[in-house]
Amino acid sequence: MTMRSSDDTAAAETLQRRAIDIRRLVVQMCAARGQGYAGQGLELADLMAVLYHYELREPLASPPGDHFVLSVGHSAIALYAALGSRDVFSLDELRTYGGDGTHFEESPLEGMTGFTVTGGSLGQGLSQALGLALGERLLGSDRRVYCVFSDGELQEGNTMEAILAAPNFGADNLVGLVDNNGEQADGNTAEIMPVEPVDRRLAAFGWAVQRVDGHDIRALLAAFNDARTVRRRPQAIVCDTTPGHGVPVLASFGRVHYVKAHEPVWEQALAELDEARARLDAPA
Amino acid sequence: MSHFDVVDQPFADAIVALGRRRDDVVVLTADLAKWTDVGPFAEAFPDRFFQVGMAEQNLIGMAGGMAKAGLLPFAVTYGVFATRRAFDQIAMALCTGPSDAVVVGFLPGITTRFPATHQALDDVALMRVIPGMTVLDPADATELTAAVAAAADYGGPVYLRARRSSVEQCFDPRELAFTIGPARELADGPDIGVVTSGYACVWVLEALRTAPLSDLDVGVLHVPTIKPLDEDTVATFCRRYDRVTVVENHTTIGGLGEAIASALARRGQPTRIRMHGVPDRWGAYGTVEYIRRQFAFDPEGLARTLADHARTGGGADR
Repeated sequence: MTMRSSDDTAAAETLQRRAIDIRRLVVQMCAARGQGYAGQGLELADLMAVLYHYELREPLASPPGDHFVLSVGHSAIALYAALGSRDVFSLDELRTYGGDGTHFEESPLEGMTGFTVTGGSLGQGLSQALGLALGERLLGSDRRVYCVFSDGELQEGNTMEAILAAPNFGADNLVGLVDNNGEQADGNTAEIMPVEPVDRRLAAFGWAVQRVDGHDIRALLAAFNDARTVRRRPQAIVCDTTPGHGVPVLASFGRVHYVKAHEPVWEQALAELDEARARLDAPA
Repeated sequence: MSHFDVVDQPFADAIVALGRRRDDVVVLTADLAKWTDVGPFAEAFPDRFFQVGMAEQNLIGMAGGMAKAGLLPFAVTYGVFATRRAFDQIAMALCTGPSDAVVVGFLPGITTRFPATHQALDDVALMRVIPGMTVLDPADATELTAAVAAAADYGGPVYLRARRSSVEQCFDPRELAFTIGPARELADGPDIGVVTSGYACVWVLEALRTAPLSDLDVGVLHVPTIKPLDEDTVATFCRRYDRVTVVENHTTIGGLGEAIASALARRGQPTRIRMHGVPDRWGAYGTVEYIRRQFAFDPEGLARTLADHARTGGGADR
């Protein structure tokens, strides 16, 4: 299933389409109630496309070939949409996102399909990803553990404890993916409690660090390919992202932690995604 | 000091025996390996022992991850650090799944010199409120040994209060079949009922044995599983008495006493309960013997307290 072509150009084009699929699902999920964590879902769409259509081995199997850990629970919409793009969930199911009685809670507990840990209390995912990685290593498995956490979570002591511990345990089957969106609940990370330079901080703790444009699929592919060659050290890929990326009408909300908008905004968002797909389809 | 035989490092022997029986058992510690009797496990199973340094949040988080990998983690540190510093991690990483994992809290209550920082007098209250958490408070070396094995086989998250180094042996290991859940009646005297758990049970048995209670014929119910509480046995025991004293190595807020009072109130059972624990304050500094006297947990203090309760009905709690 997983593509591991040395010619990643074809893979990148396919993944760009998958990222648009994911963005469409994010917009459709929010449109149903006119609200949701759209900014986060859109900013993670490229990374989730690469993870769920390229990098993760057998992510839908039980147990999976590789583990995915979402630490930043509020970004659940990105994982729902990624699984939707693999036909794990139907559009009708996904459109119940955030509503009363839904299984698609905005920040779900572990046990929901695809959710390895409970991530809504921020700063806890990386520790669990590390434990999972060391557990798999002890059990003789070659499974890798991919953990998405956010720049804001670097303010949590628990995250820093895990960042200190992972290199000391030589956890080379652990990949930390920093969703470096510069945004947190109260505003801009740079104003609330700066965490930059994220890449140099992680490197100083002993991680093998790369920093990429989180919306450049070729760069993400290259980073994952490089990370897989690292031995004896955990790998971090700092992904610089922009909330709402790929949908100008929603990106215009700027660093909005939670989007509430009227129906025309969501309709325009879908139209913009149709245009993006048309541009991909157009002959070069 | 002790009126019972003692066993050296019963937790160490129990966890090593468990490690031999089950190769999925791993032990994690946060810079307290030498002080929580896990050194022998680390020596016997170095690949299954994880030293995380002074980082309790990561200790519990890693335990949660290891449980998700299919291992059975024992996260071992002092009760104060596990239940306060890493409360959210215990609740989220271990109890929302929930996961099969055991948190072992050493220095329960009056077992160490340092008040507030090291005496875990609130750990039972903190762990009781987490949905699905099982809370064990074994009395002696025999029960602690058995509880380690029982917790491992139980399933779901367990908080186990544990004592280190020399631990009294009140119960014969050949006669005790410890199972999680049931309370056990240790004495059936008619004058006054005592309900207790953990180290406080040792104090009560010591008071009975050293005879300052000789003019009172006391009934004793030992409740090593505080949650889920064996409400039927507790209610049946309490129904036999006009008044019952709960002796607990814990603050009187949120521990065994309030769990029992709540259970009896919900059943409409009018037994008068007196909580004999640490009142609403941060323990006290000193040797265990000294602190026990301060809180009337020594044999003479317990005798005075029970006699007073039997005679007067106890009145208001302190």
